[in-house]
Amino acid sequence: MKKIENVSRRGFLKKLGISSTALVLGVQLPSMLTIPKALAGSLATDKFAPNVYVQIGTDNIVSIVVHRSEMGQGIRTSIPMIVADELGADWEKIDIVQGLGDKKYGSQNTDGSRSVRRFYQPLREAGASARMMLQQAAANRWHVDVSETKADNNFIIHETSGRQLSFGSLVPAASKMALPEASALILKAKQDFKFIGKSDVALVDGEKIATGATVFGFDVELDNMQYAVIARPPVLAAKVKSFNADAAKAINGVVDIVQLADLEEPAVFKPLGGVAVIATNTWAAIKGREALDVQWHESEHQVYNSDTYKEALAKGCDNPAKVLRSKGDVAKALSDAKQVLKASYYVPELIHVPMEPPAATAHYHDGIFDIWACTQTPQSAQGTVAQITGVAAENINVNVTLLGGGFGRKSKPDFVVEAAILSKQLNVPIKVLWTREDEIRNGYYHAASYQKLAAGIDERGQVSAWQHHVAEPPIGATFSKGADLIGSEASLGLIDMPYDIANVRCAIGKAPAHTRIGWMRSVTNINHAFAVCSFADELANAKHQDSKAHLLTLIGKDRKIDFSTENAEYSNYGETLDKFPVETARMKAVIEKASDMAKWGRKLPKGHGLGIAMHRSFVSYVACVVEVSENSDGKIKVHDVWMAVDCGLAVNPERIRSQMEGAAIFGLSLTFFSELTANNGVIEQSNFDGYQIARYSDAPTTHVEIIASDAAPGGVGEPGVPPIAPAICNAIFNATGKRYRELPLKQYGIV
Amino acid sequence: MITLTVNGKAHQFNDDGEMPLLWALRDVLKYSGTKYGCGKGLCGACTVHVDGQPIRSCITPVSAIAEQKITTIEGLSEQGEHPVQQAWQSLNVPQCGYCQSGQIMSAVALLDRNAKPNDQDIDLAMSGNICRCGTYQRIKKAIHLAADLATEVKGS
Ligand code: FES
Ligand code: FES
Repeated sequence: MKKIENVSRRGFLKKLGISSTALVLGVQLPSMLTIPKALAGSLATDKFAPNVYVQIGTDNIVSIVVHRSEMGQGIRTSIPMIVADELGADWEKIDIVQGLGDKKYGSQNTDGSRSVRRFYQPLREAGASARMMLQQAAANRWHVDVSETKADNNFIIHETSGRQLSFGSLVPAASKMALPEASALILKAKQDFKFIGKSDVALVDGEKIATGATVFGFDVELDNMQYAVIARPPVLAAKVKSFNADAAKAINGVVDIVQLADLEEPAVFKPLGGVAVIATNTWAAIKGREALDVQWHESEHQVYNSDTYKEALAKGCDNPAKVLRSKGDVAKALSDAKQVLKASYYVPELIHVPMEPPAATAHYHDGIFDIWACTQTPQSAQGTVAQITGVAAENINVNVTLLGGGFGRKSKPDFVVEAAILSKQLNVPIKVLWTREDEIRNGYYHAASYQKLAAGIDERGQVSAWQHHVAEPPIGATFSKGADLIGSEASLGLIDMPYDIANVRCAIGKAPAHTRIGWMRSVTNINHAFAVCSFADELANAKHQDSKAHLLTLIGKDRKIDFSTENAEYSNYGETLDKFPVETARMKAVIEKASDMAKWGRKLPKGHGLGIAMHRSFVSYVACVVEVSENSDGKIKVHDVWMAVDCGLAVNPERIRSQMEGAAIFGLSLTFFSELTANNGVIEQSNFDGYQIARYSDAPTTHVEIIASDAAPGGVGEPGVPPIAPAICNAIFNATGKRYRELPLKQYGIV
Repeated sequence: MITLTVNGKAHQFNDDGEMPLLWALRDVLKYSGTKYGCGKGLCGACTVHVDGQPIRSCITPVSAIAEQKITTIEGLSEQGEHPVQQAWQSLNVPQCGYCQSGQIMSAVALLDRNAKPNDQDIDLAMSGNICRCGTYQRIKKAIHLAADLATEVKGS
């Protein structure tokens, strides 16, 4: 692994042009809808569409296309590991090519924790077919049976004679071979894996990051490029009334002022509108924007105030509009119960704050767009730019840079469209940069949510009823104006509550959206798991039982859960229950593992407490145990987090660990610190002072263990987040006896 | 006109002296290794050294630099062989990598004045650097490793 290149489309096509110097092969990949089917999705997605490519040159270099976006999850390392392993490639002779946005790759929508989940098999097949064609070419040359050959380190080796031929030398012959039938493909046995499942593979971009040589969206530089900063409406859909272009133009370095079309809802991925300041550098553009003094018309969304909104959400829970899961008779079971427990939970509106705010560079020339962006979804960037500018999609080249974090923000390409519109109008390359204030105040938000739970405990001390009501504005409102009931979000931790309880009812209340609602790392699993896993612990306490033992009891006997038998339409992250069942045995196994790691049940120092939570999301299972302590000032410290993850076969264990470590910090941030509030429709926070996230001294030590499994690979980027908040709050309860049901905890003065 | 010495190289800077060093480095002088994260001195992504001291370049106007020497991530070593850069690679510290230029510059400055920092020293010195991806624990480990590497280098 040496060079990493990001080629332009033309160069790329030239390189892939079928010639005798290159062996190119296509594999069938599942295609999925590229638009907004964020995560949950329907089952009818497995269409087949073209093509991911492996390319081997006569120079013996293996080029591997990474068609998914790198945002810290390590996909630019993991995809090559899969392909190179099956191929028998030499890791030192791999070139990584970042794929442009193009349908031929199948879905490139890098969200929903599905890069490996969806592409593990197709990528292995890509590597295997290339390897088998090389083997056949070598066997023909040697006049031996192909079964006597194997691939290793970029050579095909004849095992008995020890003869070997490099991949590069076989390229002309191999490129004339027929593609093996899918049914004839021989995949490697697990014990022969060289890269898959190994922890010693260095990050492919590690050296460049350490030397500052990587290119993120913010870093793209083109000749004659100008910098744009945009004043966007402070309240969603507010239209521009007036602005002072002259004052802005008087700023040294400001070149132009462009008013953008006002937003007509639904927002979808359209730009928000406003006024763009074009300048010779970012600083001048920022100064210019300050001078603009934009005045805005009123917007219907200025009714949005967080405190009254929260009350309305709570009322929404009392009058649910739709029942999404119902088993048995909850009303009767509650009235028959010996003890009824009720609790309400609130999680505020949140935002992604990727370290790099959105940025995109567009160059419109000769009827073509060349675009570079830190996008999670180059195809919907391409599609949306096409739709809005009228340029045909095939003339829009979307290059994906590295992403300085994504967390779901960069799967909405509004910022890419802004750059495209400006470049087309002004006929120069334009880089649009979002400041931190823009990112926080004009985002796609994680919805505020209110949840009311009730449970009944019967005479025998069993939990006999479970009722969970939720009100939260839906992501659907971003795509369909006025939508006020959640849809796919319900499959993210609400209707898939896994406890074995005879009477269950999950229902949702109405909640109108006043900001663009989007998906943020693990989405509504965050708040749903917070409520479900906290409430489970409250039940343990009500029954005077150990948290862990009670959790295992609640989950009950080994079984595969099919929520459709309880009148629930569970989407299982777009996967079938055959391939990815909901297995209680795996839930219990991660609970046992995390408890072992934490030595659950040990005697704790004074003021310390352990808390536990388990949640299945993105078809993976994560349990975590947290140790906290309360000091004499009543301040809470999180010392250790033990996470056990079962994500099926672990392709890149090293990155799985780092994703869990990151998830712990992400979860800790929203548990203690992060909160957005709205005042007359305006988000009040604007930077890391108001919208806080965890820093060094807040960071616990996170210990991760991965359950050995041969099950199909599940998601990794998101499933670590949901159990963190409830595990922390459960630990605080066990340490202090205080139960916190509203986030973030900083409001209680305990940090 | 201001002369800015970046990584040993002198540049003439003719723009607005009030421009924060961050944007001068990135947009005018084209050193893109130094990152923008907040523009308010809150995140540390823009950390560079001025005469060896770590500063937040997003809130430091060019006019305040005068004759001092600026070191950015690109100037830390010829080919990434600084012990801190080595430690970062060997522990696979980064996730997205965006904060890491700033983290590395803060870590180097810490080790320059404290060759063997303990965890508390690290928390304190690094508290101004945010990592949204949550690599804090690996960074701590990498700083300890870099301290060891630096001692070995000196010893040998
Ligand atoms: S960009 Fe300078 S401290 Fe955040
Ligand atoms: S590695 Fe992504 S912000 Fe630090």
